[in-house]
Amino acid sequence: MTQTVMKIEDLHLSFPVSRSLLDMVQRKPGKSVNALNGVTLELLQGETLGVVGESGCGKSTLARCIVRLYPPTSGQIHFDDQDIFDEKARKDRTYNRRVQMMFQDPYSSLNPRMTTGDILTEALRVHEMRPEAEIASRVAELLELVRLPQDAAEKLPHEFSGGQRQRIAIARALAVEPEVLIADELVSALDVSVQAQVVNLLLELQERLHLTILFVAHDLRLVRHVSNRVAVIYLGRIVEIGDSETLFSSPSHPYSQALLSAAPSLDPDDKGAAIQLEGELPSPLNVPPGCPFHVRCRHVTAQCRTVIPELRALEGRGEVACHHSEEINQYA
Amino acid sequence: MSDAVVTPAKSSDAPLSRLQLALRKPGFLIGAVILGISTLLALFPSFFAPYDPNFIDYLAVRQPPSWAHPFGTDMLGRDALSRVIHAYTVNMQMAILATVFALTIGITVGALVGYYRGVADMIFGRVVDAIITFPFLVLVIAVVAVLGPGLINMYIAITLVGWVYYARLMRAEVIAQMGNDYASAGIVMGYSDRRIIFRHLLPNAITPVIVYWMTDMALAILLGSSLGYLGLGAQPPQAEWGVLIAEGRNFITTAWWLSLMPGIAIVITGLGFSLIGDGLADLLRPRG
Amino acid sequence: MTDHPILEVENLCTTFSRGGTALPAVRDVSFALGKGQVQGLVGESGSGKSVTLRSILGLARHYGEVNGSVRWQGQELTTMSEWQLRKIRGREIAMIFQEPMTSLNPLLTVGTQLTETLKAHTDLGRRARRDRAIEMLDHVGIPAASSRLGEYPHQFSGGMRQRVMIAIALAASPKLLLADEPTTALDVTIQAQILDLILKLADEMSMGVVLVTHDLGVVAQTCDTVSVMYAGRVVEQGDVRQVLQTPRHPYTEGLIRSVPQDVPPRTQLYSVPGTPPSLFSLPEGCAFAPRCQAASEACGSARPTLQDIAPGRQTACFHPMPATQEDAA
Ligand SMILES: Nc1ncnc2c1ncn2[C@@H]1O[C@H](COP(=O)(O)OP(=O)(O)OP(=O)(O)O)[C@@H](O)[C@H]1O
Ligand SMILES: Nc1ncnc2c1ncn2[C@@H]1O[C@H](COP(=O)(O)OP(=O)(O)O)[C@@H](O)[C@H]1O
Ligand code: SF4
Ligand code: SF4
Ligand SMILES: [Mg+2]
Ligand SMILES: [Mg+2]
Repeated sequence: MTQTVMKIEDLHLSFPVSRSLLDMVQRKPGKSVNALNGVTLELLQGETLGVVGESGCGKSTLARCIVRLYPPTSGQIHFDDQDIFDEKARKDRTYNRRVQMMFQDPYSSLNPRMTTGDILTEALRVHEMRPEAEIASRVAELLELVRLPQDAAEKLPHEFSGGQRQRIAIARALAVEPEVLIADELVSALDVSVQAQVVNLLLELQERLHLTILFVAHDLRLVRHVSNRVAVIYLGRIVEIGDSETLFSSPSHPYSQALLSAAPSLDPDDKGAAIQLEGELPSPLNVPPGCPFHVRCRHVTAQCRTVIPELRALEGRGEVACHHSEEINQYA
Repeated sequence: MSDAVVTPAKSSDAPLSRLQLALRKPGFLIGAVILGISTLLALFPSFFAPYDPNFIDYLAVRQPPSWAHPFGTDMLGRDALSRVIHAYTVNMQMAILATVFALTIGITVGALVGYYRGVADMIFGRVVDAIITFPFLVLVIAVVAVLGPGLINMYIAITLVGWVYYARLMRAEVIAQMGNDYASAGIVMGYSDRRIIFRHLLPNAITPVIVYWMTDMALAILLGSSLGYLGLGAQPPQAEWGVLIAEGRNFITTAWWLSLMPGIAIVITGLGFSLIGDGLADLLRPRG
Repeated sequence: MTDHPILEVENLCTTFSRGGTALPAVRDVSFALGKGQVQGLVGESGSGKSVTLRSILGLARHYGEVNGSVRWQGQELTTMSEWQLRKIRGREIAMIFQEPMTSLNPLLTVGTQLTETLKAHTDLGRRARRDRAIEMLDHVGIPAASSRLGEYPHQFSGGMRQRVMIAIALAASPKLLLADEPTTALDVTIQAQILDLILKLADEMSMGVVLVTHDLGVVAQTCDTVSVMYAGRVVEQGDVRQVLQTPRHPYTEGLIRSVPQDVPPRTQLYSVPGTPPSLFSLPEGCAFAPRCQAASEACGSARPTLQDIAPGRQTACFHPMPATQEDAA
C-alpha cells in the first residue's frame, strides 16, 4: 500500500491584475487572474506524477504553491499531516529542506556570482547537513552524483552549458536530501539529446534515493515516459488524473483527448486524427462558468454550461471531471 | 553520458584581465589617472604645495600668475596654487563623506523595500515622491538653514536628501533580480531572508548603484563647493574650492585667476569620477 | 518532383568573425526546393539552422561573410543589391523569426502592422486589406479578430504574438516561407492548427516552405524532405520517411533514438554521448567523430563529404548505417 506524502485540497489562487488609471477613473471592478481554481491532488510515496496542460493553465503556479513561493488564496496543502501554510509551519524551514524545486530556465536559476562549489556548500551549511570538515567531500560526492567533473566546483555558472546548469540545479536540490522534488519544466529549454541525459539522471536518482517527483512539463512524450501517474490541467483545474499508460493510450476527458491527439507523431504515415479545438482560447482572466472547457467542447450540453463537473472515478480508468464521460467513452 | 565542461574561451578570464581590458579604454584610464593624482594631492597636500596656504604676504597681493606663483596670489598675498592644492583634502573628503552614508542607507533601505514590498514599500514610495519633487539643492539648503552652516551639517543635509536616490535605484534593481529564479531558489532552499538579500540579491543588484555613486561623488563636490560659495558649507579661511571661488568673486575683472583655477579643479575632478563610473559598469558585470 | 525547383541553395557558407577568429557557422549547405514542397531543417542548438535561413534571405551578409549560391526562381540572391532584395522580401519570400517578442513594433497596432504589409506587397484596396487582415488573424486562431486589430502587441500573449507574426508573414501570399521554429513557443493544440494552415497554403498556393524545428514529430508530420545539420554542415538529407525510418548517419540515428517514443516507460533513454563541438575548435576529420560509436581511424583525419547513397538521398559518413528497411522493401 503506497503512502500519501502530500495532500493538496481545493487549492485556489488568484493574482490581482494591476488596474490602469483609466480603469480606476471609470470605476471598473478590479480583475484577477484565476490561476488555480480548486486543485485537489495526492502525491504518493516514491511516484512520479506528471502534470501537463497548455501554457498558462497553472502548472507553474501549482508547483510554486507547493514550495510556498506563492501563498494560496484558499485551500490547503498537507505534508506529513501538517498544514504547510499554518503559521507555525511557515517558520519551519525543514519543510523547505524536505521539498525541493528545480526551475525551468537554466540561465536564471543559478546565482551568476557564485561558483558551483559555493552554491552546494551554502545549501549544505545552512541546513547543517554535514559537519564542517565533511562539506568538501560531500560537494565532491554531489558532483559525482549528477555526473559533473570535479573541477566544476571552482567554475561559475556561465562556464557551463544549459544541460550542465540543470545538473547543478539538481545537485543543489539533492544536497539537502529532500523527499519530494518539484521539477518545473526541468528539461524544456534543452536539446532533445541533452533532455534524454537529464531525464535519465532524474530517473536513476529517483530509484536510488526513493524520491517522490512532481514532473511538470508540456512535452507529452516526455511526461508519458517518466510518469507513473499523470494529471491534466485545464484553466487551473485538474480535468483528468490517472495511471500514465492508461491516460495516454485512452484519454477520457474531451480536453485530454484533444491535447494528446495534437502531439505530432514521429511516424510520417501516422497522421493521427487531430481533434481541432473550436472557440475562444481559455483566459484565466474570465474562467467560463460551469465546465471550464465547455466553450471548446464538442460534447457540450446545457448542464455543462452551468454545473461544474467534479472529479470522479471512471470504471477502468482514472478520475475524470466531465458530466458525460460515460457516454463519450462508450464509443471511444 | 557525462559531457565535458565547456572550457571558457580564455581560461584565465580572471578579474585582472578584465581590469586590463577596462584600462585599455582611454576614458577609464584617464579617469583613473585623474583620481589617482587627486587622491595623492588630497592625502599629502603639504608635500606638493610650494607654500604654506595660509602664509599671508601683504607685499604680494593679487599678483598675476608667474613662475614663483603659477596661479598668482590672492587678496592677502597667499599663494593661490597652494590653496587650490590644500583644498583637495576637504573637497575629496566631501566626495566621500557626503555620499558614503547616503550610499549605505540607500542600499539597505532599497534592498529591504525591494525584497519585502508591501506596506513598507508604499510608505517608501510616498517618501521618495515627497523628496524628489523639490530640487536637490533647494532641499539641502533648507536643511542646512535649519541645522546651521558648516561642513558637518552639510554632510548631514546631503545624506538626508541623497539616500533616496540610491534607495530608489537599489529597489528597482532588487525587484528586477527577484524575477530571476535563483532568488526563488534561495527561498525554496529555506535560506534566511538576510542571506537571500545580502548574499544573493545585493551582489547582483549593486552595479548600477556603484556606477551612480561615482557620478554622485562628482555632484557632491559640485554641491559642496556651491554651498561653500554661498557660505553654508566650509567656512573661510578653510581652503575649499567653493570658498576660493567666492573669495575671488569680487576681483573677477582684475584677478580672474583666483576664481578660475579652483573652478577648473572642480571640473577636472568631476570628470575623473564620471569617466571611472563608465568603466566600472563593464568591470562589475557578472561574467557570462 | 518533375517541377523545376524554385529555390536552389548551393554550397552555402557563412562565416562570422568573433574576436579575430573565424567562426564557420554554416558550411556547404546545398538543397533544392520545388513548388509547394516543405523542407525541414533539424539539428541541435547552434548547428546553424537559423543562420542558414538568414543567409538565404540576405540578412546574414550584414554581419557575416556569405559565400556560395542561392537561386530564387533562377535569380541569384547572394549578389543582388539590397534594393532589389527588398522587392522580393515580404512579397515573394517571407520569414518568421525565432524570437517573436522582438519582431513586432511595440508602437503600432497589430492591425496597422498587418495592413502595412498588405499595402506594401499587394494592390488590395483599403477595405480589402482590412478584410484580409481579419481573415488572416482568424486563420492563425486569434478569436474575435475584428475587435483586436486596434490592439498593441503588448496586449497579446507570447503565443498570440507569434501567431500575429505568422499572419503577417502569410498575409501577402508569399511563394516561399522561411520559418524559424514558428511553433516552438506555442502549445501543441495551437501548433497543430498553425502547421495545418502552413500545409494548406503550401498546397493551395504552391508555396515552398523551409521549416526549422527541433521537434522530429513536427518534421514527420509536415515536411516532404529534411536536412539534418551538425556543426554547420548537412550530415544527411532526403525524403522525410526514409530519413526518419532508416537513418543512415549515426547522428541522425542518435537524434531519433533519443526521442521517448516506443520505449518502455521509465527506462533509460538513449542519448548521444558527449556534447557538440565548439565551432572555434572543430575536430579535424568528421565533426561527429568524438561522439560517434561507428568512428574509425579514417574519421579522425579526413572529413566525409555529402554523397548520394540512394536517389534523392545523401549522407556525409564513411560508415553509413545499414539500410535495413530499404533492403527489405
Ligand atoms: N550574428 C552572429 N554573429 C556571430 N555568430 C553568430 C551570429 N549568429 C549566430 N552565430 C553563431 O552561429 C552558430 C549557428 O547559430 P544558429 O543561430 O544558426 O543556430 P541554430 O541551429 O538556429 O540554433 P537554435 O536551435 O538554438 O536556434 C552558433 O555558433 C552561433 O553562436
Ligand atoms: N506572479 C504572477 N502574477 C500575476 N499573474 C501570474 C503570476 N504567475 C502566473 N500568473 C498567471 O497565472 C496563470 C498561470 O500561470 P502558470 O502557472 O505560470 O502557467 P503554466 O501552466 O504555463 O506554468 C497565467 O495566466 C499567468 O499569466
Ligand atoms: S463537462 Fe461537458 S463541456 Fe465539460 S468536458 Fe464534459 S462534455 Fe465537455
Ligand atoms: S564519418 Fe565516421 S565519425 Fe563521422 S559519422 Fe560517419 S562513422 Fe561517425
Ligand atoms: Mg510554466
Ligand atoms: Mg535558431
